[in-house]
Amino acid sequence: MSEIRLTIDGREVKASDGMTLLEAAQAAGIHIPTICHHEKLEPFGGCRLCIVELEEKGWSRLVVSCVYPAENNLVVHTRSAKVDRIRKTILELLLAHAPDAFDLQDLAKEYGADKDRFEKEASFCIHCGLCVRYCAEVKKKNAVGFIDRGIRKEISFVPEIALKECWDCKECFPLCPTEALQAAYVLTRALAGHLLEKEPAQPKA
Amino acid sequence: MDLTRVDEIIAKHHGEASSLIQILLEIQSENSWLPKEVMERISQELQVPLTRVHHISTFYKAFSLVPKGRHEVHICMGTACHVRGATRVLDAVQDLTGIKPGETDLELKFSLETVNCLGCCALGPVLEIDGKTYGKMTPVETKNVLQSYE
Repeated sequence: MSEIRLTIDGREVKASDGMTLLEAAQAAGIHIPTICHHEKLEPFGGCRLCIVELEEKGWSRLVVSCVYPAENNLVVHTRSAKVDRIRKTILELLLAHAPDAFDLQDLAKEYGADKDRFEKEASFCIHCGLCVRYCAEVKKKNAVGFIDRGIRKEISFVPEIALKECWDCKECFPLCPTEALQAAYVLTRALAGHLLEKEPAQPKA
Repeated sequence: MDLTRVDEIIAKHHGEASSLIQILLEIQSENSWLPKEVMERISQELQVPLTRVHHISTFYKAFSLVPKGRHEVHICMGTACHVRGATRVLDAVQDLTGIKPGETDLELKFSLETVNCLGCCALGPVLEIDGKTYGKMTPVETKNVLQSYE
């Protein structure tokens, strides 16, 4: 495995082939804020919060660090004024959907984001995809998925699978940054409860 | 829809997961909607998670997850039709059928959909039923046209 050398925030950092910028920064102890990132899951690039600035030949360019492969001689800035401004706006947009999410509020404080900047549209889900991807990639149950698209996109449990698998798992619950997932699950159970009664009781092993 | 017919369509595509959209499209055009059992069957046969079948079938507007009426009414809401009074045609259709865009009536007679341009602006306002185009519509004309469908 070849070694890659790059500069992050003025520090010389070593990374190995196939690592993303985010992983390289984390390995060097440099913090980049993330929402949709999870170490067990494939990079998603959904929340864009881990955006960083690359400096090349006098130009600067913005990339999303969780899906950008580390390369030799990159010069990366994780907290430039431009990056901070973009993160602030992203947080403000997310807060319009989930104003009470603790993770978002903490980040908002750090970046000076105003949660009332945009009109509230409380969908609560911010489409980070953590639950959907965790269920598919780690648990391989596919009990929850995305449906529809654009502004109508939302997470949705498949009732038949959810009633069978979710009660004893719920591993996705702590992943959700906004608790929209828990609400979706409770709703599914409430609406699909009649399916549960129809099934014969499982004999205890 | 008969599940053996679904199996035939799946077999035609060699049960390949990459043909998911093609299979869904074929069933959509034969059956005019995608019932739950059909999607479950496809998910099983293609080894594609049901959540992904749902994601795709809700992503594309070509698919319908609810039964469609025998006649599909499309009302053009494009700019030209709009200024020539498409909203009045839409109101007339809504009054006569009792359904809003995106809905189907209880007798499964009409499904109503608004579209953005049918490409014949000179005929506006345009109404299209099952692919047949009716131009220069008025509310009264609309009523006559709808009544000619069973």
